[in-house]
Amino acid sequence: MLRPFVLHRPETLAEAAGLLSEHRGEVALYAGGTELLVLLKEGLLRVPRLIDVKRVAGLGLIHAEDGSVLIGATVQHRAVEHSVLLRATCPLVANAARHVANPRVRSVGTVGGNLAFADPHSDFATLFLALDASVRLWGPRGPRELPLADFIRGAYETAREEDEILTAVRLHPWPAGTVATYVKFGIHERPTLGVAVALTLDPGRRVLEARIAVGCVGPRPQRIAAAEGLAGGRPLAEVLADADTVAWTAAAAVAPVDDLHGSAEYKREMTRVFVRRALGVVGARAERQESHARYRRAVVV
Amino acid sequence: MRDTGARSSFSVAFRINGREVELDVPAHALLLDVLRDRLGLKGAKRSCDIQVCGACTVLVDGAPVSACTYLAVEADGCQLTTVEGLAEGERLDPLQEAFVECGAVQCGFCTAGMLMAGTALLAEEPTPSPERVAEYLRGNLCRCTGYRKVVDAIVACGRRGEGRE
Repeated sequence: MLRPFVLHRPETLAEAAGLLSEHRGEVALYAGGTELLVLLKEGLLRVPRLIDVKRVAGLGLIHAEDGSVLIGATVQHRAVEHSVLLRATCPLVANAARHVANPRVRSVGTVGGNLAFADPHSDFATLFLALDASVRLWGPRGPRELPLADFIRGAYETAREEDEILTAVRLHPWPAGTVATYVKFGIHERPTLGVAVALTLDPGRRVLEARIAVGCVGPRPQRIAAAEGLAGGRPLAEVLADADTVAWTAAAAVAPVDDLHGSAEYKREMTRVFVRRALGVVGARAERQESHARYRRAVVV
Repeated sequence: MRDTGARSSFSVAFRINGREVELDVPAHALLLDVLRDRLGLKGAKRSCDIQVCGACTVLVDGAPVSACTYLAVEADGCQLTTVEGLAEGERLDPLQEAFVECGAVQCGFCTAGMLMAGTALLAEEPTPSPERVAEYLRGNLCRCTGYRKVVDAIVACGRRGEGRE
């Protein structure tokens, strides 16, 4: 059961921000409620007021801006899945949305809520890192934008100030010639591990740039610069032949923690296994073939 | 500052299973409690209470939601369907028929949620593959069966709708 609360329904950012300041410390921002309502029911969070941001103008849109794509904070996972713009510019994001949690969560859960809650076991946070994502915040000191990597500070911890509202996430679509995959693995509702690999190839099949992000195994998702460095600048065939080394490098670089999904040691090993597999999927896609590999308890996007 | 719509209770109106309903609900009322305790619709069940089991699945404007973790005020102005809205009188709807034929029921506790999830999937993808059904039902837990017959029933209903069986 939920304890009683007052529900505010502002229609502008200024009103929402005003309410946040006015009721500082006794209020929570509410959109889909998939995380928040559970916390309130369990008594892990107690607030007498919720500010519903779903009616705030502009937060529910997906639009293009200067070559990037902005997803508004209150856009639901289901809308990401069906977005024509995202299907055209970031198809992997639309396809990954189809596999987040379960259909009921996808109906109501929002992109902003997903990122602002900063659950370590988030598909989007990992995948968005590989899209050089940044988040936009709006508060009394004005708007600011910061890289997603700086926004997510740790498990359930972000750089959002108490009086700020997350308004959008900005994605930078990969250049033409990029082949990519997102692979997730786990036996629970949330993934145990998520791996995003995107290789930008030149016409001669050399890897111009490699993006490798691993999430869920530690408190926050991370780009694996050392593994990216190993893959970048080399012919694709060579990178694929050396996939084991890239995978080992990624496994050595993650900071896994023990939790209900498994021990840190196990997650490090799964990182190695799935980075290697993800490279295999990308390699197949580079040949315009779909990898038909099926891995138990894993989803290949 | 102008009124930002702060309330601790709301008047809501929605259409549920073809019936118009108007009632006052506290801001913190969960849709599941309103359905079960105020409207007498006991098909949706409270089980996990954290949105992982699917026993409380209902459709809001066609989209599946967990009624256990969904504020009743959000249903204002929407079309709702619960398992009670599938059959017409004594006549079962095609998916319910398929569940009966395939024997996709054991204790029955999860069945309402399975039916609503299946209904949502078939509305969006009329002929899903067994793999797609299994994946879509990841969030609907059954502790009696092996899911096989539930998947069979949804797949069969899809094929039948297309005249393939």
